[in-house]
Amino acid sequence: MSKIHVNTTVNGDEVEYLCDPRETLLDCLRDRVGLTGAKEGCGTGDCGACSVTLDGRLVCSCLVLGAEAEGKEITTIEGMATGDELHPLQRKFIEHAALQCGVCTPGILVAAKALLEKNPDPTETEMRYWLAGNLCRCTGYDKIIRAVMDAAQEMREAS
Amino acid sequence: MALDSDTQKFKYIGTRPDRPDGLDKVTGRARFGADFSMPGMLHGAILRSPHAHAKIVKIDTTRALALKGVKSVVTRADFPTGLTGEDWNIQENVMAGEKALYDGHAVAAVAATSALIARDALKLIDVTYEVLPHVTDVDKAMAEGAPVIREGAADYSVPEGLHPNIVRYMDSGRGDLEAGFAAADLVLEESYKTEAAHQGYIEPHACVGQLGADGKGELWCCTQGHWFVRQMCTAVLGLEATQLRVTPSEIGGGFGGKTTVFIDPVALALSRKANRPVKIVMSRSEVLRATGPTSSASMDIKMGMTKEGKITAASGTFRMQGGAFPGAPVDVTTMLAFANYDIEHVHHIGYDVMTNRPKQAAYRAPGAPMGAFAVESMLDELCRQLGLDPIDTRLKNAVKEGTRATFGPKFPPVGLIETLEAAKAHPHYATPLGPNQGRGVASGYWMNWGGETSASVAVGEDGTVQVSIGTPDIGGSRASMALMAAEAFGVPYENVRVNIADTGTLGINEPTHGSRATFASGLATVEAAKEAIGKLCKRAADKWGIDADAVTWEDGFAKPSGPNAGEYPPLSIAEIAAEMGSTGGPISGHFESSPDGFGGSFGTHIVDLEVDPETGRSTILRYLVVQDAGKAIHPAYVEGQFQGGAVQGIGWALNEEYIYGEDGCLQNPIFLDYRVPVASDLPMIDTVIVEVANPGHPYGVRGVGETGITPPLPAVANAVRDAIGVRMTQLPLTPPRVLTAIKGRG
Amino acid sequence: MRYHTPNSFEDATAIAARATGTTRYLAGGTDVLVQLRSDVVTPDDLIDVKHIPGVKEITRTGDGGWRIGVAVAGAEMSEHENLGRDWPGIVEGMDLIGSTQVQGRATLVGNLCNGSPAADGVPALIAAGASVTVTGPGGARDMAVEAIPAGPGKTVLTKGEMITAVNIPARGQNGGDAYLRFIPRTEMDIAVVGCAVNLTVEGDKITSARVVLGAVAPTIRLVEDAARAIIGTTLDEAALTALAEAAEAACAPIDDKRGTIEFRTEVAGVLAKRAAKIAYARARGEAK
Repeated sequence: MSKIHVNTTVNGDEVEYLCDPRETLLDCLRDRVGLTGAKEGCGTGDCGACSVTLDGRLVCSCLVLGAEAEGKEITTIEGMATGDELHPLQRKFIEHAALQCGVCTPGILVAAKALLEKNPDPTETEMRYWLAGNLCRCTGYDKIIRAVMDAAQEMREAS
Repeated sequence: MALDSDTQKFKYIGTRPDRPDGLDKVTGRARFGADFSMPGMLHGAILRSPHAHAKIVKIDTTRALALKGVKSVVTRADFPTGLTGEDWNIQENVMAGEKALYDGHAVAAVAATSALIARDALKLIDVTYEVLPHVTDVDKAMAEGAPVIREGAADYSVPEGLHPNIVRYMDSGRGDLEAGFAAADLVLEESYKTEAAHQGYIEPHACVGQLGADGKGELWCCTQGHWFVRQMCTAVLGLEATQLRVTPSEIGGGFGGKTTVFIDPVALALSRKANRPVKIVMSRSEVLRATGPTSSASMDIKMGMTKEGKITAASGTFRMQGGAFPGAPVDVTTMLAFANYDIEHVHHIGYDVMTNRPKQAAYRAPGAPMGAFAVESMLDELCRQLGLDPIDTRLKNAVKEGTRATFGPKFPPVGLIETLEAAKAHPHYATPLGPNQGRGVASGYWMNWGGETSASVAVGEDGTVQVSIGTPDIGGSRASMALMAAEAFGVPYENVRVNIADTGTLGINEPTHGSRATFASGLATVEAAKEAIGKLCKRAADKWGIDADAVTWEDGFAKPSGPNAGEYPPLSIAEIAAEMGSTGGPISGHFESSPDGFGGSFGTHIVDLEVDPETGRSTILRYLVVQDAGKAIHPAYVEGQFQGGAVQGIGWALNEEYIYGEDGCLQNPIFLDYRVPVASDLPMIDTVIVEVANPGHPYGVRGVGETGITPPLPAVANAVRDAIGVRMTQLPLTPPRVLTAIKGRG
Repeated sequence: MRYHTPNSFEDATAIAARATGTTRYLAGGTDVLVQLRSDVVTPDDLIDVKHIPGVKEITRTGDGGWRIGVAVAGAEMSEHENLGRDWPGIVEGMDLIGSTQVQGRATLVGNLCNGSPAADGVPALIAAGASVTVTGPGGARDMAVEAIPAGPGKTVLTKGEMITAVNIPARGQNGGDAYLRFIPRTEMDIAVVGCAVNLTVEGDKITSARVVLGAVAPTIRLVEDAARAIIGTTLDEAALTALAEAAEAACAPIDDKRGTIEFRTEVAGVLAKRAAKIAYARARGEAK
């Protein structure tokens, strides 16, 4: 079988890779582009650990083919901080102990960032429903929600 | 909020600094099991039985080997023979021998140049099965005529004449049950059932293994305990223990399910045959089908109580299946079932049963939640029928220091009473409830553990400190170790670097399990620090020309211990370290032990929920965890353990279960139908940290990780009972079950 | 697997018509990729429809109805200002599918063509009287949405055929629709029961209605008896009881890992009542 040559943009950088048509964008990010921040927790779109944005839209990268990334703009967890300056969400997660094992954290941060860009002042309920597709087995979600609420407040005050 | 004990004043312990690995984990830089590669690496895939029980007649790998890109294929024939006991059990589970014992049992494996080729190659392995009758239910597996999993697996404890699937039997207790029940004003008997649940860690098992024909190997894997991995892999593969070096990655959840091995020996076997490293990553459905879910349980409980609320007698029979191997933790279930209470007359009987299910593994307080569900439900029912308050009744019967436990020894200082009092005083308990709403209370316990521990500390040339421990960080324990080292050395938390050492660097460490890491690795860190501090003091003493025992260590400085020792300005750790090369060499400390004095943790939970009377669906409204931490080293991570355990318990109580079809195959091997709680299912989880110091640890620490999952199963069931007026005795409390109960009410 | 990116429906159907193995169309991919990854379906030919002009558009048609392109994601439907105002039931049905991430990709047509009797996007579409435009070797025709499902996992579409648009009628005056589903958690489950109700009123009387049940039969069901139970009524207690009974009678569910026959039947009646009340309130302008 012949591979597909894909040209795409990841975190603002031009990237190209060869992939089997069956490989997902998640496979390609991890195994071809060298970005292992997005994780495969389920392969069925049920856990959100592979969350990225595709042309500004929050998606599961396990549900996108590597070939479908052609010409698109992708952002991953690796693009969330600016140099050595963390995004407020990242800082607040550390501050609030909103992670224990940390494997769901990249996906939740990408998802939370997408939420706050769309709705800078979500209620707790809106936040929980937005993040329903991001499973966490360690924290029970409490400190995650507190961290996102605190980050949202800081970002609103800064703007 | 932590209720401080007055016994010690701390500078660093009890604060909430940023965890040392925080930056790595919020930027995606932290390397978990699947985030690692080696040059020349191949990808492995495992062929699994589609049958619940079948003889493996023949495995033909010719077509798979002929596929371009395939570099090695292994079956059980590639593993050594002659193993016994648990080593044999693990080997048999890792790769099937004569029979496939459960849906998903590994029967062969392939390594190829890409993951897709490996998956395609599996379809070219031809396995001839002779399908056998199967059994997945614990009670059915004990009954006459049930399909036999394996002959001769029962141990000496099992009475004659029982079905071969019954592999262990236990019978313990004290007192005179008949007299005890006779003294009761109310005696209730009931049967309860819990279904198997999975730990549900978000990270599937992953490893990269490299094994040479010379028997030397390297293994990178996500694990809670890399020395256990080393022992199991070397036993299963016939290697010498220290010739395999195992390095733990960051771990994306374990909860007990990653204290054993499934894919690691397979990766190593494939590697040895191909002479290249092999990476294996499990899919989610492989994880649910073929790793280690909990046991399921079928239990009969009888308890008697006076009308004033004193428990007079209690007995229980606990039947648990642990898959196709011995090991259901029914010994723990029987030990802890009535452990919360001071009961004179008790009796426990336990059966460990085999079925055609995957080999069970530990899941957070293994064995305890099942017993807690049954006993705390029964206690709730007794209180209800006698018109007694559930917290007051528990206070009346609660164990404390000196109480002789229902499992034998006397309790050291413990905090059950303190957790009950804090729960009772919390505003949650007084919050009014609306229609279709109910409140449930339950208490639980986990005895915790010490276990083999080996740790080192070393002073850096700039006076900062490094700590090497052997317990992987599953929930933030690096921060706790750093806090304890900072406290012991008297140096700032930021000056401590904690490393999780590989198996080649330290003596044996038991896994991060049993709620032992903060206790045992922490204790070892503190003791190793004391050794290093002794050496630091000796360097100062030598410099000053005085006796070593005339020097004390305080807040990071060596000081003369009193005016008689002499007048010398204190020497900082940095000053001593700067000269250490010329004053005697490196300064480090080491400590090894298998410590006792670990001290158990009691917890009391209150949950409010609402049941939709037309659909049977439950919504959690409010949840409170009160638990004894002894001393909360880093309170935020203690709270996190409380909250995480509670939510896993909520999932197990409401929606999580292993569903087997008539064909014995698992019907819900993906997260779509194995229903763990999602963010929108839950409210905030309130926590109260109680601190009854554990005298067995220098700072009073008790492990807290596991207790939190034992009260939720009965607490939720008790709340549903309160809401709908019907006692549910079978978990999970899925809407169809609850609706049937609602409709069945008079 | 051959991956195709045709630029027109003609090219797409031509590829499908001459394909010899298993063919799948790829819009959002939230079913196709799951089936691919789990080795349930590995297409020999995968035809990506997203490079065809117009497939991502939501357009108001001349008669006040809507045409939805085959690659419009659920999130885009929810974000559209006016679609949800006209047909909240259709939008909320689609919106319930999966997570926020899945919503970023999943499509209405994909949900229909995957053929699950529990599809959340379909009942309200049927209740609205929507149709789909189908094209293939034999030309183009419109079909009622309820004519598309053929059984669990199957549609009536034949080799070389594909859907090119979803056509939703004009809402008109005094109409309201709603979709409800029952799941054991709050999100992330497949519907155990789904019910859509679309109705129009004159004053407080219901003048027309369509009631659709999902997940309680091999295909999604338009239940005419249930509609008859409420047409001509003010949705009083007697009408609601009759509605629930008709809904229960139309169920032919299975016992499976998601629900029992008894449970599904009972809850179908409960949801029919609840959905009808919401649709009624919307039709009377008392709710959004």
